[in-house]
Amino acid sequence: MEFSELIKTAKVENVLLSCPGVPAIKGTLCITSHHLLLSSQPGGEGDQGTVELWLLIRNVDAVEKRLASSSGTITLKCKDLRVLQLEIPGMEECLNIASSIEALSSVESVMMMYPFFYRPQNMKLEQGWHPYPPHHYYQQVVAETNAWRLSSVNRDFTTCPTYPSAITVPAVVDDEALRKIARFRQGGRFPILSYYHKKNQTVMLRSGQPLMGPNKKRCQEDELLLKAALCGRARGFVIDTRSAQAAKQARMTGGGSEPKAAYLGWKRLHRPLESRGRPLQESFMKLVEACNDPSLGMDRWLSKLESSKWLSHVKAALSTACLAAQCMEREEACILVHGAEGTDTTLLVTALAQVILDPDCRTLVGFQHLLEREWIQAGHPFHLRCAHSAYSHARLKQEAPVFLLFLDCVGQLGRQFPFSLEFSECLLLALFENSYASAYGTFLCNSEKERCLCKVRETTHSLWSWLNQPNQQKKYLNPLYSYNALVIWPSVEPPSLQLWQGLFLRWIRSSQYLDEAWTEIQRLVEGSELPPRTNGAAHSQQLLPH
Amino acid sequence: MEHIRTTKVEQVKLLDRFSTNNKSLTGTLYLTATHLLFIDSGQKETWILHHHIAAVEKLALTTSGCPLVIQCKNFRIVHFIVPRERDCHDIYNSLLQLSRPVRYDELYAFSYNPKQKESEQVKGWQLIDLAEEYKRMGVPNTNWQLSDANRDYKVCETYPRDLYVPRIASKPIIVGSSKFRSKGRFPVLSYYHKDKEAAICRCSQPLSGFSARCLEDEHMLQAISKANPANRYMYVMDTRPKLNAMANRAAGKGYENEDNYSNIRFQFVGIENIHVMRSSLQKLLEVSGIRGLSVNDFLSGLENSGWLRHIKAVLDAAVVLAKAIVVENASVLVHCSDGWDRTSQVCSLGALLLDSYYRTIKGFMVLIEKDWISFGHKFSDRCCQLDGDPKEISPVFTQFLECVWNLTEQFPQAFEYNEAFLLQIHEHVHSCQFGNFLGNCQKEREELKFWRNMYHQFDRTMHPRQSVYNLIMDMNEQNKQLERDMKELEAKIKVRNKQQNAVLTKEPLQSVHPTLKTQCFKKDQPLLPGNDAIRTIEGSNTADNRYSEYMEEFSKAEPAVVSLEYGVARMTC
Repeated sequence: MEFSELIKTAKVENVLLSCPGVPAIKGTLCITSHHLLLSSQPGGEGDQGTVELWLLIRNVDAVEKRLASSSGTITLKCKDLRVLQLEIPGMEECLNIASSIEALSSVESVMMMYPFFYRPQNMKLEQGWHPYPPHHYYQQVVAETNAWRLSSVNRDFTTCPTYPSAITVPAVVDDEALRKIARFRQGGRFPILSYYHKKNQTVMLRSGQPLMGPNKKRCQEDELLLKAALCGRARGFVIDTRSAQAAKQARMTGGGSEPKAAYLGWKRLHRPLESRGRPLQESFMKLVEACNDPSLGMDRWLSKLESSKWLSHVKAALSTACLAAQCMEREEACILVHGAEGTDTTLLVTALAQVILDPDCRTLVGFQHLLEREWIQAGHPFHLRCAHSAYSHARLKQEAPVFLLFLDCVGQLGRQFPFSLEFSECLLLALFENSYASAYGTFLCNSEKERCLCKVRETTHSLWSWLNQPNQQKKYLNPLYSYNALVIWPSVEPPSLQLWQGLFLRWIRSSQYLDEAWTEIQRLVEGSELPPRTNGAAHSQQLLPH
Repeated sequence: MEHIRTTKVEQVKLLDRFSTNNKSLTGTLYLTATHLLFIDSGQKETWILHHHIAAVEKLALTTSGCPLVIQCKNFRIVHFIVPRERDCHDIYNSLLQLSRPVRYDELYAFSYNPKQKESEQVKGWQLIDLAEEYKRMGVPNTNWQLSDANRDYKVCETYPRDLYVPRIASKPIIVGSSKFRSKGRFPVLSYYHKDKEAAICRCSQPLSGFSARCLEDEHMLQAISKANPANRYMYVMDTRPKLNAMANRAAGKGYENEDNYSNIRFQFVGIENIHVMRSSLQKLLEVSGIRGLSVNDFLSGLENSGWLRHIKAVLDAAVVLAKAIVVENASVLVHCSDGWDRTSQVCSLGALLLDSYYRTIKGFMVLIEKDWISFGHKFSDRCCQLDGDPKEISPVFTQFLECVWNLTEQFPQAFEYNEAFLLQIHEHVHSCQFGNFLGNCQKEREELKFWRNMYHQFDRTMHPRQSVYNLIMDMNEQNKQLERDMKELEAKIKVRNKQQNAVLTKEPLQSVHPTLKTQCFKKDQPLLPGNDAIRTIEGSNTADNRYSEYMEEFSKAEPAVVSLEYGVARMTC
């Protein structure tokens, strides 16, 4: 396929671009294979030099057109929730542009995406991919305990297509047993180590649901693995992200949840989280619709906010992660987290629990490792989940803003513990944007296997290497950060949870005054003779065991 | 005091309000003449001022003892379990009487009598001279003058002695106008905008009934619009909903008829009355007191209470007012029914939007003194300082504070004061200070938030565990300290250098250096409290609530907070 076939009109003059909050600009519109480019005509009224808009076409979520006799208006609703309006002279041009954008934004093939074509000058390919590969983390854990080992059973992705090649399992379970267990767990996702809590040597595992089916099938190896995972402790908790009833019903379709009798010492806890497809995606869409409706009064706004249920999802996710963290920290028990497939809510809970428990995950670099380990390598299907954002009219398939929900929860933690996260809201926003449309390959594909097939690592740039450039990094740092070795227990009472205004109202109202205040804080901290960060570094040197 | 029968009860349990498994602290309850004090086994103290108590309730006896629920006006709710019913009954009766003083001189914390205020407050209030404030605004001038009509409070009892009116409004006009206005509250100047030469005036509703008119009153309004050279017409804002205003006509009151007054533009802005506000707040508190509240119940409860809608109505009215002045250069006359509740809210918020002075600590106090205290907002009735008619209680001033708080959230750098200041004022029963920024850009619904720190002030687990504000304060203090040290050291070095002109040059270097180091070390210390604060994070989880500890911090921090705010001023200006 050639991109040029999809572009019916490549260039239109005198297009008026308007988007809320900034003055309208008039200029030349160009459509390239991956970008929509609008550059203002110099010398127009209120000339402030040339203004350019570069919009990744992949970022376009919905195209709406309205035609008049001699011109047309295209409304572009973007995945990052921005809404742009283009007034195009000429009906035919308008139709052509609209259909070109539609065609280009719905190109399905991963290999045709922009990251494979993006070649910035100051970055080298293959640089910055896994600055610290996740198996380093596992090696560390393995080195510290002798109960766990790194297994390469999944080297060629045959045992579990959605796991990475290196995984950590109890040392006593051999690769042959792992293959058997993989057949007993949905998607081949046998229980593997997700997090090791150094403080009291407890572990968190994650997996897919056991394939018990209506006949209550059992798998001895699976039971042995979980027994070994307890490492001699008396208790473990299975946190099932479905309701007890849903887990029971899943048996009819071949799934299920661990029966107490077969897994000695393991207790099941059910915490229903909405994850799959519709409800969560619809919640997201309703919320965005409510945010974009300027006619709502105070009361209708509140009821719209309520009926979107978004904050309920935030609360449920945070509470479940707190439960997992509490089981490890307070009860000193081991944890296994799974839902059905173990690629969505499971990761939401395990990743969030780690942010709560582990100070290393709250640093800028540590957070990137966490995302790499618990989302990207762990097989969250980004390509499917983030295919469309809140505006799309397309029929929903597998879309669900699980990752966005995670980012929102992290943002809530950041608001409740403003000194404990090393990164700022900007990083969360950047991650949100890049997960939906990006110039970088980091969030492409659904699993490591696909990424290897597409040669993502060899032919695209990594988001991390861009984020970690010193001039970029500064933007994402929280000036107030100071190392906090403690567990951060958030409040999940409704009054404590706030709508993420920085994201949902980002394009709707100006945040000028809030930004100014933030800049002032940055300036103050930098001007301060003893910035907390250097202070924090001193602390971390004392506290962190090497 | 004669009301106190039991001064000390041991083995009292303080229940965690939100805990679902009835977690509690055990300790001793003391009753003093002014406070109720609870000291738990961890020596944490909870102080409750009797005047803050809004309601005391004795619940049915349980196996563990007799439950006593105390609701405070600062939205704290404590739930004690007293082991013996007799003790509980004694305390209950004592509190009932102590929390309802009948005379002003029984008041402890706040009253209109400045002698009873704490010494700091006395100083603070003495700083405020309203004549000075009017001078700052630019009156008297060619169009406005000081009127002595109300010198003996004869024309209007609830107005201050010194009133500013248009120069062309003669005394007969004033007296005539006051007779045509409810409670004699004739139109007077509330705020004068120097640059635009436009004024905010305030009054009460006219006694127009269905057809009555009053030439003096018409002249008065004419005079106000003539006092503004920039714009010939003026706005008359009736802050009530139209329906309420029309209902008042049947009682011989009502609103201005546009046909009778030349050059006025009349409009309603629809803020509900004190009774609606009172029940709205009641609903809000009911919702926020529910245990194990779900997000959806919270939001629908918030909506049903209508509280944020009312806050928005007040803010909207203030924005309309500010816009009329800034954009149209027009003077505005604001009134409601009696002109001391909604009118005070709208006039003071409008002035706050227009004038950055009111966004400073001093200015905010002036604003409150001017628009609330001097113009006769019935603090005593509205805040139930004395045992009075429960129908007169209404959170009018709380709403004003909440509006200001919402503005501080939207314009974090515009205000010299912060949330702690507003809470402090609310704490000392409704007085104020804050603010500065330029009006006309209030925003919408999304930006109005639920003021968690007000309504859950004492539910400590709901708050962010780390305070950005405190850190910045610390840093600021620290910088100042470092600067002082530097100056001190420089001075020392100078002295040394003089002394050592005769001595070897190496020596001073060696001796100065160590002192410098130890100094720096000392300055490291102030950071540690910050870290201690962080340490308290541990052990707080969703189920823990530690009212008592927070109370202790809060009450002890008072003087510090005030002085620190001046630090903010430096920072943000």
